[in-house]
Amino acid sequence: MKTFGKVLAGALLATTMMTGAALAQSKGEVQMLHWWTSGGEAAALNVLKSDLAKEGYGWKDVPVAGGGGDAAMTALKAMVAAGNYPTASQMLGYTVLDYAAAGVMGDLTETAKKEGWDKAVPAPLQKFSVYKGKWVAAPVNVHSVNWLWINKAVMDKIGGTEPKTFDDLIALLDKAKAAGVIPLALGGQNWQEATMFDSIVLSTGGAEFYKKAFNDLDEASLKSPTMKKAFDNLGKIKAYVDPNYSGRDWNLATAMVIKGDALVQVMGDWAKGEFVAAKKEPGKDFYCYRFPGTDGTVIYNSDMFGMFNVPAAGRAAQAALATATLSKSFQSAFNVVKGSVPARTDVPDTAFDACGKKGIADLKSASEKGTLFGSLAQGYGAPPAVANAYKDVVTKFVHDQIKTSDQAVIELVKAINDAK
Amino acid sequence: MSTIVTGEVGRPARQTAETRAGMRERMQDILPKIVLAPSFAAVLVFVYGFILWTVYLSFTNSKTFPNYTLTGGRAYERLWGWTFDVDPPSSWYTSITNLGIFGVLYIGICLALGLLLAILLDQKIRGESMLRPIYLYPMALSFIVTGVAWKWFLDPGLGLEQTLHQWGWTSFHFDWIKNKDRVIYTVVIAGVWQASGFVMAMFLAGLRGIDGEIMKAAQIDGATTLQLYRRIVIPMLRPVFLSAFIVLAHMAIKSYDLVVALTSGGPGGSAWLPSNFMYEYTFKRNEMAVGSASAVIMLMTISAIIVPYLYSELREKNR
Repeated sequence: MKTFGKVLAGALLATTMMTGAALAQSKGEVQMLHWWTSGGEAAALNVLKSDLAKEGYGWKDVPVAGGGGDAAMTALKAMVAAGNYPTASQMLGYTVLDYAAAGVMGDLTETAKKEGWDKAVPAPLQKFSVYKGKWVAAPVNVHSVNWLWINKAVMDKIGGTEPKTFDDLIALLDKAKAAGVIPLALGGQNWQEATMFDSIVLSTGGAEFYKKAFNDLDEASLKSPTMKKAFDNLGKIKAYVDPNYSGRDWNLATAMVIKGDALVQVMGDWAKGEFVAAKKEPGKDFYCYRFPGTDGTVIYNSDMFGMFNVPAAGRAAQAALATATLSKSFQSAFNVVKGSVPARTDVPDTAFDACGKKGIADLKSASEKGTLFGSLAQGYGAPPAVANAYKDVVTKFVHDQIKTSDQAVIELVKAINDAK
Repeated sequence: MSTIVTGEVGRPARQTAETRAGMRERMQDILPKIVLAPSFAAVLVFVYGFILWTVYLSFTNSKTFPNYTLTGGRAYERLWGWTFDVDPPSSWYTSITNLGIFGVLYIGICLALGLLLAILLDQKIRGESMLRPIYLYPMALSFIVTGVAWKWFLDPGLGLEQTLHQWGWTSFHFDWIKNKDRVIYTVVIAGVWQASGFVMAMFLAGLRGIDGEIMKAAQIDGATTLQLYRRIVIPMLRPVFLSAFIVLAHMAIKSYDLVVALTSGGPGGSAWLPSNFMYEYTFKRNEMAVGSASAVIMLMTISAIIVPYLYSELREKNR
């Protein structure tokens, strides 16, 4: 039955397999599955390509477009089921561990030792890149989720200042509303709403609470009055969106802030990539603040290059790819473009803008203080089944299918227990 | 060649001719089977093999990857439980109620509109050959294109509402696509727009197949146009109704891309259909067993429609 499945999955992906066959023949080439096909991301990846070319290794793209990588993950699943592993694949969080548990990941421990990854890469990240003591993935970047992105011109017009507490933020949103600007730019898709709720929970309950509820999935915390308060806060903040927010893509919401149609967006630092692409400068055209009440804590997600168990002939190229990925020069060059911060804490921040510098400093201190937590909305807090159950509850609350925060808390516990 | 000639020498010529004819006949019998064998094998494996595989998986504990140890009907139990989660609606409950709303309206409106258009076009009007393709062409578009176009058209900030506001009708309000209780109806609108032309073509073919003599006879007997259509034409179109219904029903059950392109799932997932549910659970949530179970239920729903149809068709042929 298993071989049968393999054959079928293989046939389905015949085209991808052909590229795989081509790879097997030429030595010293990396085959890379990823979904970084848009302008800035593709350019950032080219840096890695040329780094490898300098060392004499070839590069074969298996790009599968689509922002969240769903299509790419489906393709990867079929490739792996067919026994045709790429050298490496862009992967997120628990996916790496799933594949490692299935025994298809390679071993980078040697490279990791040589390059000193154990010390340089923050420990919480290693939870996803190290499986049973073996390095199986190379983290490319660290995104953090708890940011506010504010249009400076609008902020000046309404005479606002940096909000320090959640109530400050609400007061600021009120000012924007009074001035006739859309206060909050939100895209009504479940992951965007949940990403914002991550920050709200952290702001409402503090670092310890966030970890207990959203990383340890502690039931008492999930149904605590604090969680209820967090839902109340979500209920408050969602009143400041425009009527057309439902279904909007995140980058369109960012564009609203860039153009000055809206005051603020709560979004991860990939939003900065949009500001930079629109030739906007932090401090001059826009502000990046931590979500009020979350300074000093970082909720992260991270892109990783999962390394597969390729035949011996391909291992040299794989090791070279891994080394290049975590080299300081690539980490700096790539993350400046991507809007994220380097996955190792010892990369100089000279090339980064003000937001990037703050991001790097925050990551370092959070990593040292132990306040660096995986984002549940982004799939770094719990496995996908749980993360999606969480997103279901949040989005149903935002769109009034769940009407009260009491009900939301009950549903949250139920959904998470059911998915566990 | 020479061997055949020498062989023929010893036998009576009549017998050889008979053997040849027999060979040809046998070849004629076998040839279609040989030609069809590859596609038959492919269908056997890729359709029925996969169906069995999916049924098998639905009784396992498969998560990210297929797992082949049978663990019982837990996936079905969970689906059954979700079927009654009304407040707040579970994703499965939303999916199946949406399928009910979408299926009934989509099939009903498509049939009604298709028949109406076909009858109007059948009045020997001028320029019919120009009009027909206009109605039929939406069918040539993929659901993705239909979905994106209607998404823009129905978006209050971009499409119809915005345009009418600019023209001065500022009280006009149409935000169904952003409304969790109405969004499924926008899927119906887009779906009907796409498929009704195709149904029209089917009815038109049926109408053209009706013997003109019968119509004339009825007219001579003094039947009004309304009576003519109600009593004679529409009953004679029964087979077309059935075929159109079957085509539309399976399109309704399998539509996935339209929902994704038009609504990306709708506010809070309120536009999901069972196919969206299946994809989400199998590929995004790594709950392959639940995804497979929902796929099996979709298959059973389709069978519940197709099997009686096939049965009645076969029975009629045997009669």
